[in-house]
Amino acid sequence: MSDLIKLTIEGHEVEVPPGTSVLEAAKLVGVLIPHYCYHPGLPVAGSCRMCLVDVEKSPKPLPSCATPVAPGMVVRVQSEQARAARRAVLELLLINHPLDCPICDQAGECELQDYTSQEGRASGRYADYAKRFNPVEDFGPDVLYVPNRCILCTRCVRFMEDVAQEPSLNVSERGDRAHIGIFEGQPLNHPWAGNVVDLCPVGSLLSKDFLHKARVWDLDKTPSVCPGCTQGCNVTLETRDNAVLRLKPRPNPSINRWFMCDHGRLTYAWLNRSDRIEAPLVQRDGRLVPVGWDQALARAIELMRAARGAWIGLVSPGASSEALEAAAQLLKAHGGGGAFRVAEGPEAPLAGVPDLALRKERAPNVHGALAAGFTREWASAVDAAKRAAVVLTLDEDLTGLAQPLTAGKLVYIGTVLPEAARGAAVVLPCANMAEEEGTFANLRGVRQRYGQAKSPPGMARPAAWILGAILEAAGRTAGAPA
Amino acid sequence: MGYPHPIHPRETPVLSRHFGEAEARSHAGWVQRGGYRALEKALGMTREQVIEEVKASGLRGRGGAGFPAGVKWSFMPKQKTKAHYLCCNADESEPGTFKDREIMRWTPHALIEGCAIAAYAIQAEQVYIYIRGEFTEPIQVMQAALDEAYAGGILGANAMGKGVRIDITIHRGAGAYICGEETALMNSIEGKRGNPRIRPPFPAAVGVFGCPTTINNVETLSSVPHIIEKGAAWYKGLCLSNPKSTGTKLFSICGAIAKPGNYEVTMGFPLKELLYDVAGGMRPGRKLKAVIPGGSSVPILTAAEAEETLLDYEGCVAKGTMLGSGGMIVLDDTTDMVYQVMRLARFYAHESCAQCTQCREGTAWTVKILQRLLNGEGRKEDLDLLLDLSEQMTGRTICVLSDSCAAPVVSAIRKFPEEFDAYVRRGRPAAST
Repeated sequence: MSDLIKLTIEGHEVEVPPGTSVLEAAKLVGVLIPHYCYHPGLPVAGSCRMCLVDVEKSPKPLPSCATPVAPGMVVRVQSEQARAARRAVLELLLINHPLDCPICDQAGECELQDYTSQEGRASGRYADYAKRFNPVEDFGPDVLYVPNRCILCTRCVRFMEDVAQEPSLNVSERGDRAHIGIFEGQPLNHPWAGNVVDLCPVGSLLSKDFLHKARVWDLDKTPSVCPGCTQGCNVTLETRDNAVLRLKPRPNPSINRWFMCDHGRLTYAWLNRSDRIEAPLVQRDGRLVPVGWDQALARAIELMRAARGAWIGLVSPGASSEALEAAAQLLKAHGGGGAFRVAEGPEAPLAGVPDLALRKERAPNVHGALAAGFTREWASAVDAAKRAAVVLTLDEDLTGLAQPLTAGKLVYIGTVLPEAARGAAVVLPCANMAEEEGTFANLRGVRQRYGQAKSPPGMARPAAWILGAILEAAGRTAGAPA
Repeated sequence: MGYPHPIHPRETPVLSRHFGEAEARSHAGWVQRGGYRALEKALGMTREQVIEEVKASGLRGRGGAGFPAGVKWSFMPKQKTKAHYLCCNADESEPGTFKDREIMRWTPHALIEGCAIAAYAIQAEQVYIYIRGEFTEPIQVMQAALDEAYAGGILGANAMGKGVRIDITIHRGAGAYICGEETALMNSIEGKRGNPRIRPPFPAAVGVFGCPTTINNVETLSSVPHIIEKGAAWYKGLCLSNPKSTGTKLFSICGAIAKPGNYEVTMGFPLKELLYDVAGGMRPGRKLKAVIPGGSSVPILTAAEAEETLLDYEGCVAKGTMLGSGGMIVLDDTTDMVYQVMRLARFYAHESCAQCTQCREGTAWTVKILQRLLNGEGRKEDLDLLLDLSEQMTGRTICVLSDSCAAPVVSAIRKFPEEFDAYVRRGRPAAST
């Protein structure tokens, strides 16, 4: 521990490794020094001058983001000089800012709002002058640029340059005419471009997808894991009125740092599908009839007990590990196994972060399915299903499979009812990942918990609960369903 | 100085001795005038000896900051692990300053020689001379001289036949004032936007292309051959006042003066005598009102203060201003100080690189307030606002551009309050420009 540097910040002693910035050291003792251009995931610019603090023996305030700690340093964040310096920066940032918070998507999560109400002036002195005006620009598939709100922190420029390593944004012009620029004919369509919207501390870079959809203070935020691919980026599911409205990355230094890709960010509409199965269904007189859970489960167990022959599972690598493990346990007890298939797309790495990419396999729990004992032998499983006594599906929509699927009994656990499942003996409606708690194992085998962000429709239940109930009734327990 | 006026007897022409002599531009002409003897001598000395000689001479940076040149060189790593670079700052863009232009126009080989000696001293094999893009004639002259220097074996893999590699490349600026700031200059050489870099790291550790770099002004480097040739003691002897300011200094005198031009005098020369004696005094019927002594970025001196000022680093500081680049802007009694200050602030607002908030927004706001005063729509609070704004623009930013905007504003309000008050009271005065 002798190589740590000891310093005092706002009266708190703190010990940090050499090279740590004053701003980061302050976080460790619970002091948040206001800042704009600084972001832990980006190279230091030191240009917004918002993080100025007083350092004993320094005649002028220093930018805490760019000042490394020194032994015995005494830092004052709330000294009169430091406060005056930051108050001036806030006033200057606001002179050309439109103050259109009532129509700005960022309002409520805007660092300019937050710090201004925290330590800015009650009113500005930039009276009677026209504000700078530039029209809104379309930067790319999901990014709008509102230059009037821009504070030129250049986080977006540095993200594209150093993290995405595709320098498609720049600072154009000089002085107070400066704005974020884009190159002619080169839209901001990098697969990770959406991060500039998160990085923007103000409402200057906006997601077109989320544009004017909701006030952010109306959103409920649930820690979750992105279901978009096998990377397992940590995200926050943001919901209002039982609908997912957007996904935001949740920092995790070992998996996705502060970032998530646009595919993961924007592929959430399926979580809000309205054509869901709302009640358990059983086959009666050639058609599916809604019943209560007790009846449905009893029917499923009855069918399964009566079945003589092999069981086959057709499962989804998007199901929770808990559901997959319960399904595996059930299948194994009857001498069966199962397989999954996974949608694929082009891999899109984020160049500046090691081992972070939009992965080729577009499902969150491929590793979990493999760990539970399911295989990738999809074709042979489908083939075996034709002759199986029981086919158990788990959140697998049966798209593209030849009909009839099986000569045996189909126990269908899913969120929606495709035509191919109309012949099922029992249909058990399950929750999608936003509606349940569970875990996914990412491609490195890291098992991560996601929370329930909204309620499932009607009588739908988490698949782990359904399978647990079947196992329980069959005289076994399924570990700990969520 | 020679061209365009005859050398005044009170001048001390060291750098400017051959200004106006067309032959001095050629290699042969330069050698005839004693050129490249200093380089030959320096290459026969150890690098440490060269640095010690420059340190002992007391030569300080002529670009504005006045940092001792030899000390700066000694910051370069002794053990060379990466390439070392020397950058010559010839991006002379400070309003009121035009001395480097004349050095390059008339004595290009003096600069090449100075660059070569400095490169040798700091173990740099590559020198970049970053010339302001608008300096079309100096660029042509420098390039022609450089070609001759290569042809004459002065530069290249075997400079002066001494087995040392010294290459010099001219890099042309693209019209940004801020690229005269040393770290912005390095970014510009690297092909990036000319934004000043945050320090530390300092250029001697991480400079151009991430390698140890020294940046010196044209006038500083051009003084080096004289120091090497005639000795540190001789240079140190060129001093009329404070012994910490040695040598000669070129002053670019412009504005309301009878004979504008470049004048070279010994450090510590009285400003009053430079104006009234050497530069011919005020125009007929005019009186001195104020002087901005060191390029537009320094605090303004009133006539009374200016007449007591001794022209060296300490002498200017004693009067609350700076020697700066030696670009002296003379203002006479017809000058509207509010307008002049607005004009200066407008320059800085235009040239701000837009990184730091105080500079990007503060310079532009300063201009707007001053313009409103000039329009006769100003208020009393505007003056306090200007002072408050200027305080927040001083010592808060990556580089000193916003400080440079604030300095003339603050000094003008403090020293000529009646002119600002007049605008507040009754709008635009009839006598203004």
